Amino acid sequence: MDQRTVELLSGGEMVARALEDEGVEFIFGYPGGAVLHIYDALFKSNGTPHVLVRHEQAATHAADGYARATGKPGVVLVTSGPGATNAVTGIATAYMDSIPMVVFSGQVATHLIGEDAFQETDMVGISRPIVKHSFMVRHASELPTTIKKAFTLATTGRPGPVVIDIPKDITRPDEKFEYSYPESVRMRSYAPSQKGHSGQTRKAAKLLLSAKRPMIYSGGGVILGEGSDELIALARHLNYPVTNTLMGLGAFPGTDRQFLGMLGMHGFYEANMAMHNADVILAVGARFDDRVTNTVSKFCPGARIIHIDIDPASISKTVSAHIPIVGPVKAVLTDLLEQVKSTQSKAEETLPDAGALARWWSQIEEWRSNHGLLTGRRYGESDYIMPQDVIRSLYRATDGDAYVTSDVGQHQMFAAQYYPFDKPRRWINSGGLGTMGFGLPAAMGVKLAFPEAEVACVTGEGSIQMNIQELSTCRQYNTPVKIVNLRNNYLGMVKQWQDMQYEGRYAMSTYEDSLPDFMKLVEAYGHVGITVRDKNDLDAAMDEAFALRDRLVFLDVYVDPMEHVYPMHVAPNGSMKDMWLSKSERS
Amino acid sequence: MRRIIAILMENEPGALSRVVGLFSQRGYNIETLNVAPTDDPTLSRLTLTTIGDDRHMEQITKHLNRLVDVVKLVDLTEGAHIERDMMLIKVRAAGADRDELKRTTDIFRGQIVDVAPSSYTIQLAGTTEKLDAFVAAVGDAQILEVVRSGVAGIARGEKVLRP
Repeated sequence: MDQRTVELLSGGEMVARALEDEGVEFIFGYPGGAVLHIYDALFKSNGTPHVLVRHEQAATHAADGYARATGKPGVVLVTSGPGATNAVTGIATAYMDSIPMVVFSGQVATHLIGEDAFQETDMVGISRPIVKHSFMVRHASELPTTIKKAFTLATTGRPGPVVIDIPKDITRPDEKFEYSYPESVRMRSYAPSQKGHSGQTRKAAKLLLSAKRPMIYSGGGVILGEGSDELIALARHLNYPVTNTLMGLGAFPGTDRQFLGMLGMHGFYEANMAMHNADVILAVGARFDDRVTNTVSKFCPGARIIHIDIDPASISKTVSAHIPIVGPVKAVLTDLLEQVKSTQSKAEETLPDAGALARWWSQIEEWRSNHGLLTGRRYGESDYIMPQDVIRSLYRATDGDAYVTSDVGQHQMFAAQYYPFDKPRRWINSGGLGTMGFGLPAAMGVKLAFPEAEVACVTGEGSIQMNIQELSTCRQYNTPVKIVNLRNNYLGMVKQWQDMQYEGRYAMSTYEDSLPDFMKLVEAYGHVGITVRDKNDLDAAMDEAFALRDRLVFLDVYVDPMEHVYPMHVAPNGSMKDMWLSKSERS
Repeated sequence: MRRIIAILMENEPGALSRVVGLFSQRGYNIETLNVAPTDDPTLSRLTLTTIGDDRHMEQITKHLNRLVDVVKLVDLTEGAHIERDMMLIKVRAAGADRDELKRTTDIFRGQIVDVAPSSYTIQLAGTTEKLDAFVAAVGDAQILEVVRSGVAGIARGEKVLRP
């Protein structure tokens, strides 16, 4: 600890001051009884800006969106009981996608804990399976170190949410203690890997160079670990094809020739085919999720796998790695490229085999030109606007350079497929937990971080209504995001599964005539609504929305309700290469 | 295969629930569990036994290591080790049974630690198998109550588990 002058602060003041000392830009929260001392301290210090959401779930999603876009930890402050439980979905969302977040939850006073006091809930217990770590503060003097530990844990190693539960009496204004915010903290039981094993990296370089049909499969870890430049350098040096997971989109430029698109359940044909036929797969910051692998026992039968991840528990969890490397992706990829170059310079023959690589690329190009989503129109026409065309129009209107958040469902997959992201941290979605209601508050968090950037939320009528109250927050804090609602009057992805697996029995997946008039609704919140029904009006409406730079615009686009997302993995018992390419065509 | 995992962890509230919670969340089973502070009061030593194959165990140990409260852990079954389970068993002891129970207790090198007109309470330490054998030898009809500590284990030889 350094030797700064010691001040006397109350627990509440310590929280407020620590957030300033930590350099926090925004607190997303909602006041209530157990955190009023903290709120009063925030008010008096007038330090870190606070964003008052309309529901605590939105506070966590907004902090999450902020964190994904900036790489900095999102900060949430909620009260005890319902405030804390409302935050749970957002904490789980952040946990599944390894997003750095620190959540302060109020707790009833220490002497009331366990007595079923008003607004009491065991937040440490409830959140235990969905946090990287949690703390219950027992004395105000612990606050500075505890807060520093929370930020350290949230942002290092494999990032994740950390909860700090603070009983009300700990923050009382009349008891003051010495405050000194530590520069850093050590925890004897916590030492995330700083560097990969050099012997393993050398073996990986050799295997990589021996490949005849290589694939680079990279995930969200490359974005979280700031390894995009290193990934691009390695892929370019080797001229190997790259696919990204849903969480990894943007880590490798989406418009690059070497990019084969997203892989997995709704992945690109060429990406899934190349994975299935690969002889060497370099997996970086990816976790072989079930939405990627399809049937694990049939996953990439001929491939030898190099797996780089900061978290040893991710390696060989579902698919065994032949060469595991535990370490930060940025450092490991840097070492790997050096090892590749050094192996190449020492080798007697040219590595990798240029002829084999050329044959591999020509095979990939054939797949891509036959069925690639971006090499031809792979969806039909109808009297309706096609949802894919809406995403293309969004891409055009934003020059492919917007921050795009999404909710969960068909619109999410269409956005992932038809908006190629060239930069990391531009595509912001709940990949792991699949949380409907994520998109709008996340967009709000992004827009606060980057007020000058274009921020679009691609959504559907189902998802947007799960956190639509945040239109009010957007009004209060002037976050003019553009909401693009792919309106099909169904829970689209549910309906798609019911079409494919339940003979079109739409069990509770339609709203009938109950949807609100979104134009009136957004106008009531003080925003602008634009309805688009005719495909000929789509581009103009999209341009009009983005021309209104200072206004939140809700674009309600009536799309073909019968359209499905393709490709789609054949399940159950399918492999990576088994895909529906349309309602009637299989790979 | 049965495994004995020894864990050194922070003696903090919530630490034990994180370890136990991990097992239930991931669908792993805990057979026995034993925990107490060590000579360093900031550390607790936990011994647990579970059943699993190598792949399973690798996942369990990786996930345990990921817990911030876990300082160090070792799978004792990977090497030579000593394991002890302690049992207090209350048995019906009347008439001729009293002598028989005393003899059985001596054979197993247990001690009778409480004597009542119609019951004995016997203390016995050893491996899980030894305790099971004693329970079988006494027989269900005689047993009134059984309490076992769960396995505590330590590696043989020079190997130590310290932070």
